[in-house]
Amino acid sequence: MKHTKQQNWILYIPLILIAIFMLFPVLWVVSSSLKPSGELFSWPPSIIPQNFTLNNYISAFQESNFTRYLFNTVFVTVAATVLTLVINTMAGYALAKYRFRGSAVILVFFLSTLMIPLEALMIPMFIVLKNLGLYNTLWGIIIPPAATPTGVFLVRQYLMSVPDEMIEAAKIDGASDWKIFIRLILPLAKPILATLTIFSIMWRWQDYIWPLIAISDSNLYTLELALANFVGQYSVDWGPLLAMAVLTMVPLIIIFLIFQRFFIRGIMMTGMKD
Amino acid sequence: MKSEKPWIPYAFLLPNALIFGIFVGLPAVYGIVYSFTEWNGISSATFIGLENFKTILTDSEFWTMLFRTLIYVIAVVPLTVVCALGLAWLLTRGLKGSNVFRAIFFLPVMISFIVAGLIWNWILQTDTGLINYILSLVDIEPVGWLSNPVFANISVILVTVWNRVGFFMLIFIAGLLNISPTLYEAAEIDGAGTWKKFRNITIPMLRPITLLVIILCFIEFFKTFALVVSLTGGGPINATRYYVQYTYDTAFGMGEFGLGSALSLILFVIMGIVTLIQWKVSNGGRV
Repeated sequence: MKHTKQQNWILYIPLILIAIFMLFPVLWVVSSSLKPSGELFSWPPSIIPQNFTLNNYISAFQESNFTRYLFNTVFVTVAATVLTLVINTMAGYALAKYRFRGSAVILVFFLSTLMIPLEALMIPMFIVLKNLGLYNTLWGIIIPPAATPTGVFLVRQYLMSVPDEMIEAAKIDGASDWKIFIRLILPLAKPILATLTIFSIMWRWQDYIWPLIAISDSNLYTLELALANFVGQYSVDWGPLLAMAVLTMVPLIIIFLIFQRFFIRGIMMTGMKD
Repeated sequence: MKSEKPWIPYAFLLPNALIFGIFVGLPAVYGIVYSFTEWNGISSATFIGLENFKTILTDSEFWTMLFRTLIYVIAVVPLTVVCALGLAWLLTRGLKGSNVFRAIFFLPVMISFIVAGLIWNWILQTDTGLINYILSLVDIEPVGWLSNPVFANISVILVTVWNRVGFFMLIFIAGLLNISPTLYEAAEIDGAGTWKKFRNITIPMLRPITLLVIILCFIEFFKTFALVVSLTGGGPINATRYYVQYTYDTAFGMGEFGLGSALSLILFVIMGIVTLIQWKVSNGGRV
């Protein structure tokens, strides 16, 4: 419809205004983090740093335990993502391609646990961690939320489309169940594994409540815990804090910009859940 | 498909089931048990029957907190749903550059609650914040965005929408792309304008997805915690202390683990009811 296309340029006005609203907080914080402390609180504020400096970043590294928090966060994110991928892909495959006693019940069970609020379990989970000796360890953050029903669900939905004949053919060639999983299923599942990887990285990097429950030793803080702790203090040292906030958000933003399509596929599948 | 060795599928499920059982299943049972006890988390728990629930339900502080949480949820859910749908609609008009706008609108989703709260905490500062500076340009007195109880709630609502709208927008985009274009073409032949098409085709076709988004929003926002921690700290004077933070403080702050467990169980029941409603409604909507 040609005439509607021509009127459509009006839609750019709301699009641009909303884009500014979405972006300016991020840009403003980046700009603020590059100002010396005097300019940070100047009135009127300068939009672009007048006395550009990296001091806030330097002191974030030197005066806080930032390197430690960064290492903890990266370690938790990587280990948790590997674990999440392994156990959820296996479970998702079993539920997608095998029919066995109880498979229907297990599937319904998985679907019904999708909505369990982990927040409602924080007290008993804390007790379980303590009893297992995982309290105040990074593994205490990593293991418990790894068995995510969402992960199982995503993999299962995706693998449903793999034709049984392919697996039967591999069996006739003498491949074992495990070999079929490794050699045939995993390569086929690559796109959904990419989605799950990206999701897991996002969940773990951003997680606050679980590290909060599992950790009290400040040497084991993740970036999120450290930031929450600093901003809650009586006198906030804004300069280095903003620099830390920027350093915390930038890796995920970069990952998003590179792997956009995997995010989009995953979230759109959420919409197709039922 | 069947395996010759019947134990094979169970072996594939085992690692997941073990971790889920130990760290989610077991705590779920513990949680129910603890909610009937008085317990400080260290010494042994004493069974006290329904006493915790009695304490909670007769505590005016609990009702104030629940009411506060509900007000926040009732404000933030419709706002998020309408904005997400609006953005999704704008991005499916076939405009050039839609992909770029989609990425920009989604960008805040990549920013964690803690960092989002921190960013806006900086922007909304009363004396040095950018927002109050912009308002001062049009002669508006500084607003206590984080220090006035009403404005603090408004701030939390706005930041929640800013942070999460992109996520739900994507779900709506998937829904909009699923509507067959022939429906619109037929309507155009009948002379329907943009608004008529939106009302008579888009809205009814999106009904199931809209319900899903409403429920997802409700469940997520009812549990809002991390965002508040770094934005307002739950203040001023508890004005933005919602359900999960209240539960956390009761257990880990005051050492009332029994009471905290009872609060968690109530949260669990509320979430369960909402999920059931969703199942009922979405089945009904699909026929």
